[in-house]
Amino acid sequence: MVHSLQGVFCKSRTRTATSPLWLLSLLFLLSLTSLGCASATAPTPADSTAQPAGRLIQNKGSDTIVNLALAWAEAYMSSHPGVRISVTGGGSGTGIAALINGTVDIANASRSMKEKEIKNAQARGIEPVEITIARDGIAVVVNPSNPINELTIDQLSDIYTGKITNWKELGGEDRPIVLTSRESNSGTYVYFLEHVVRKGDKESKLLFSPEALLLPSSEGISLETSRNPNAIGYDGLGYVTAEQKTVRIARTAAGPYVAPSIETVNSGAYPIARPLHMYTNGQPTGEIKAYLDWILGDEGQAIVRQLGFVPLH
Amino acid sequence: MTTASASKEPSRAVVNWREFAVEQIVRLLGLSAIALVALIFAFLLKEGAATLQEVPLSNLAGTRWYPTFGYFGLVPLVMGSLLVTVGAVLISVPLGVGVAIYLGEIAPEPLRDVLKPTIEVIAGIPSVVLGFIGVLAFSPLIRQYLGAPTGLTAITGSVLLAYMALPTIISIAEDAMDAVPKSYRDAAYALGATEWQTIWRVVLPSARSGILIAIMLGVGRAIGETMTVMMVTGNAARIPTSLDAFLRPARTMTATIAAEMGEVAQGSTHYHVLFMVGITLFVLTFLINAFAAVALFRSERRGGGRLLS
Repeated sequence: MVHSLQGVFCKSRTRTATSPLWLLSLLFLLSLTSLGCASATAPTPADSTAQPAGRLIQNKGSDTIVNLALAWAEAYMSSHPGVRISVTGGGSGTGIAALINGTVDIANASRSMKEKEIKNAQARGIEPVEITIARDGIAVVVNPSNPINELTIDQLSDIYTGKITNWKELGGEDRPIVLTSRESNSGTYVYFLEHVVRKGDKESKLLFSPEALLLPSSEGISLETSRNPNAIGYDGLGYVTAEQKTVRIARTAAGPYVAPSIETVNSGAYPIARPLHMYTNGQPTGEIKAYLDWILGDEGQAIVRQLGFVPLH
Repeated sequence: MTTASASKEPSRAVVNWREFAVEQIVRLLGLSAIALVALIFAFLLKEGAATLQEVPLSNLAGTRWYPTFGYFGLVPLVMGSLLVTVGAVLISVPLGVGVAIYLGEIAPEPLRDVLKPTIEVIAGIPSVVLGFIGVLAFSPLIRQYLGAPTGLTAITGSVLLAYMALPTIISIAEDAMDAVPKSYRDAAYALGATEWQTIWRVVLPSARSGILIAIMLGVGRAIGETMTVMMVTGNAARIPTSLDAFLRPARTMTATIAAEMGEVAQGSTHYHVLFMVGITLFVLTFLINAFAAVALFRSERRGGGRLLS
């Protein structure tokens, strides 16, 4: 035993000059195989869904909704053991495309389907039915000591692109404006950019000012706006705390200026809000209908509120 | 007695074999350290190389970092990292070396016995806790007393990083000074040098290489730190143009990777660019260390005879 081991070591000793390279390549190969293993194990959850463990509902689409959809699916599966729900993101377009291709049962979309998409679907014998499952309202917040109470979308756009840099240009105190924003991968960031900074203009190339603080969490925004009298921020209505002041927003300078609330978001009076939809092929039936009814019921809508979205009731 | 113990001694062949085995194991461990670094770099290259095919160089060298909209300019991130790190070094090096001098050369024994472990405790503070303290307690002070529009600035990050790097710098610099032979000091005193002259002209130059290593480790700690920086620097990808950039937010490479990697789709351009950011960080750290090593090597050769002259 010892002898044979010695043989191994002796061998490596005779090639001392090459051993570092040899070792390196060995380790590299090892790492490659371990990487290969990692990627090979990834699809197993998908495999396990093939087991006949009950009805599987495929749910795919909007990244804005994906966390909400996951929370719903988890809560629903724990109270309905027979049902299995698989949720994936990818974006509203991806979800709608999957519905058109017939590969999902429910598509999540943070926008309505386009004319063209509906025609495509009908051409394939798919009859999309839109169900509004929650609303997303984005509040603009400032420090409570800030005298500013009202802003228009145009003013917000100028503030967030860095055109307006001092509160006195808006009739406030002589203070620099500190922009706070969510990180760029947040759905709220993209929505705020498209609908407020770019004012819904698809051709617009406006971007957030590079001076904007990108804070990794809603807590970061509420902390900064509640402590810094210079700061302005935006976030989902559900994340606004008592230490921040929400600003009334108007579409144009003529008004009306509307404060965000569950009522104004649901009535459509508040400008920075959108409905979130799920699409099914035809009127939902069976398990899918039961799931959607549960989502629209008190239990499902309570989860909406928990995740910072606006419940329907 | 002696013959009995001699008979229990392992035979010469076994001793040789043990020597040999230990030598091989230590060599393997030593090589694995290098191999690991090489592997990390190989992994970064593997994941990040696709960037060069997907994103034109002019975009990567640009000044705008809006990854969601296809602007992948690395300049503000590199500048942000350098800004925060330079600030941290400017604060921590004089302070750290000063404390090391006090601890090693001046402080009375009982005080030293209290101070040293206390300083080492600082090293054990988790960075997220430090970031929390920075956001809640320290950043408002920056806004109120330094006139910055927000407390989440580059200098906030620099101060906290300096604080994190201090224990490393202090303990290694102190060890380096401790290693200077007592005879050097005795000779200096014998020549009539004061305590400060001895420290400044004899101890510090002799301990130069150790102090430089202390500083390099401190810089490494500062440039690689993520959590604290992400929490307190505001993460705005702006280009620092003047000195007041210290009082403005900054976005470092580490914070960018940490903030964006979790949400990015695997295999997307953005994903590859984040690895590119990692490669840039790796190369930058490597270059800084290489320059320090070269500088050290040169000054060793030049300064070798200085003590005697």
